Amino acid sequence: MTLMLGISAPVLGKPTTEIINLLSADDRGTELIAWISIHQSGQVTLLNHRSEMGQGTFQVIPQMIAEELEVNLDQVTVLFAPAHPKKYGPQPQEGSFSVRGWYQQLLQIGATARQMLIEAAGKQWNVPVSECFAENGQVIHRPTDRKLGYGALVEDAAKLTPPPNVPLKKRKEYKIIGKSLPRKDIPMKTNGAAVFGLDKKVPGMLYAVVERNPRFRGKVKRFDDAKTRAVPGVKQVLTVKRAVFGNLYEGVAVVATSLWAAMQGRRVLKVEWNDNGFEHLDSEQLSDRMRENLKKPASSVPLETALQTAPKQLEAVYETPYQSHSCMEPLNCIAHVQENRIDIWGPIQEANWIQADLSERFSVPKENVTVNMTFLGGGFGRKGFTDYPYEAALISQAIKAPVQVVWTREDDMSLGPFRTGAFYGCKGGIDEKGNMVAFQTVTAAQWFWQEWTAEPYPDPEPLKANDGNLDGLLSPYLKAIPHYSFGGVGTRAPIPVMWWRSVYASTGGFACESFIDELAQAAGKDPLEFRRNHLPDARYQAFIDRLETVSRWKSRSKNAGWGVAITESFGSICGHVVNVSRKTDGKLKIDKVIALMDCGWYVNPDIIRAQVEGSIIMGLGAAITHAITFKDGKAVEQNFNTYPMPRITDSPEIEVHIMDNDEKAGGVGEPGLPPFAPALCNAIFDLTGKRMRTLPFKLDDV
Amino acid sequence: MPKYTLSINGKKHTVEADAQMPLLWVIRDLVGLTGTKYGCGIAQCGACTVHFNGAPIRSCSFPVSAATGQPITTIEGISKDNSHPVQKAWIAEQVPQCGYCQSGQIMSAVALLKTNPHPTDAEIDAAMQGNICRCGTYQRIRKAIKSAAGATSLK
Repeated sequence: MTLMLGISAPVLGKPTTEIINLLSADDRGTELIAWISIHQSGQVTLLNHRSEMGQGTFQVIPQMIAEELEVNLDQVTVLFAPAHPKKYGPQPQEGSFSVRGWYQQLLQIGATARQMLIEAAGKQWNVPVSECFAENGQVIHRPTDRKLGYGALVEDAAKLTPPPNVPLKKRKEYKIIGKSLPRKDIPMKTNGAAVFGLDKKVPGMLYAVVERNPRFRGKVKRFDDAKTRAVPGVKQVLTVKRAVFGNLYEGVAVVATSLWAAMQGRRVLKVEWNDNGFEHLDSEQLSDRMRENLKKPASSVPLETALQTAPKQLEAVYETPYQSHSCMEPLNCIAHVQENRIDIWGPIQEANWIQADLSERFSVPKENVTVNMTFLGGGFGRKGFTDYPYEAALISQAIKAPVQVVWTREDDMSLGPFRTGAFYGCKGGIDEKGNMVAFQTVTAAQWFWQEWTAEPYPDPEPLKANDGNLDGLLSPYLKAIPHYSFGGVGTRAPIPVMWWRSVYASTGGFACESFIDELAQAAGKDPLEFRRNHLPDARYQAFIDRLETVSRWKSRSKNAGWGVAITESFGSICGHVVNVSRKTDGKLKIDKVIALMDCGWYVNPDIIRAQVEGSIIMGLGAAITHAITFKDGKAVEQNFNTYPMPRITDSPEIEVHIMDNDEKAGGVGEPGLPPFAPALCNAIFDLTGKRMRTLPFKLDDV
Repeated sequence: MPKYTLSINGKKHTVEADAQMPLLWVIRDLVGLTGTKYGCGIAQCGACTVHFNGAPIRSCSFPVSAATGQPITTIEGISKDNSHPVQKAWIAEQVPQCGYCQSGQIMSAVALLKTNPHPTDAEIDAAMQGNICRCGTYQRIRKAIKSAAGATSLK
């Protein structure tokens, strides 16, 4: 019998610890508590219960546990934990949550396990626990300097009741947290050894590709598979569905003994669709609809009054496009559906949701649905969804064999769900002293919840005084601006939308930080100083001071192409200063991006730097290189030739700084993205006097 | 179906495949080396880069029938133990995030340094612009190539 510590939902804000008895021992040795197994040899295995899609959980989850467990990370093997909500709590990989949502619990897990090992040693030596301490994988008896390795203690320790409330280390006592320890997954990613979803194979596995309705909601009228079935290796052709929120989308799957055969079979498959009963929209129609919607909600009366008496008033509309996630690893999933049992393997951000969804849809008890995570070749939100495992499970059920469903790049890019396009109508007023007296934003976008809501949607509510929020906006602005209001209008469209790295902050941040720059300009103030004057909060003041220093903001000359933007999302503050210049060939170039991240308590600074660097490149792509457009209800862009990703030639020099303070841990994977587009556009304005209010635009056209 | 004998990482493999089957799928699914990745299928992203007689090619758009007679090297042939200077530099600079594109990035970088041991920034950009990294690790790729160039020059 071993003991295990189960942790309940931290998303509810008040974590509680419950102790569950569980039998468990395997080649990893003895499971001490849920995340930690120790072999008699002393080898420690730590489980990463979070997805690894590049953001570094494979490093930081063990780094946190190892700190309190008192083991060196070199002694540690890291494995992925399968979906197991009772054991590991909720595992959805969203909201930049792995550290900020888990650090207190994981530190406690490590400390509790360490204390159990110390108690076991005290018993073996028959000495008081207070005379013992743990270090580097062993327990030491201070008075006699006797030592026992964890491997020799684990079996006894596992029989103990986990002690409650073991005190945690102080930050200054940390040996490995706060250090840029090299990532343990990287050596697997430089020699081809890392197993991504697409690399996973299970015995007897067949392959499938699916011809899905390009207008999303259309139904299969009929299909002609005569030529498909003649392709060597093709086994079956069948209609299949994928569930996208409240809708079931249809497609025709080609199942074969090899992926190549399935692809060849699909090439000669003829599907006739019934695309009646829903709109086939073009991007222009979507944009017009959003522009119309911006006018719909009535303004807040107090705000309108304040605006009318303000000496300076400003209005602007900002437009951002639909985007595809386009992870480098296209979607794929292996499913094996058997009698009362489902096994899933794949690049998965949403292990628990998939487990619950399949359990419900197939009427299989949750404990019989196993969801195994591989490495993810990117996620960005797209792999936090249930449509692709459900589709794979339906195919496996029909063909009675394990199957890997592979999305081609074209499928992955053009079939959604997408980041919604989002339009923002902003109004603002400046008083005699050059301060903001009024700030209003109306958002027109597709909301996620609309996917579950019957049409028609209700009329938008009038805007209320000092009400609402805007994703990306720094929260203390609301203390400084006497009249504000935020509202929105859901835009109807039969196009599937979902979360995309940094979600609505990725577009809202562009609107608010561009508009604040416009207001600063109208007020005749320095853009950074203007922001400083409206942020009555010590943490934000310290942030501005540091950003001013690291960017050498005061050293810049007038209209030299400097732009700043600061946004807040997922519990962190991030600011970018962008430098642009015009080269001798007349073209604009982004020379440098200086970023400052305040994510409070943190684990691994180099991973933070890497995430901010990557967020900047992803933000750059969404600002100036790519967009998804629609024609006759279908996505136009199908592959990287028409949806051009930023390349090394587009990559500016990036410098990342991190704030050191005692704030709570914030997110890291997403908050680095939203400031880029507004900082770039503010820099372009500084250099050229031209405001860029519509994304994406070509730098060469400015 | 015709048979083809390929020399991959110094070992001969005979495969039975459609003449038009891309080398990528032959390497991944028939030979079983999965370090080479599928990214776009149209030679736009470089995730499938391998060396054909030392030169980088996009294996997703290279039919197996054209792949015989010359040695093919995949990421697994660069070194399994990460002992190649480019792999070492990739680890030292902590380049990969998700890691999916990095096999292709490393193959392009190894090919570059073989023909140009001390590339300038512009030469690095030119040689690497066919490889997309959605995680945006480009700055570290540049640094790693420079540090690998320094390391190789010491040899």
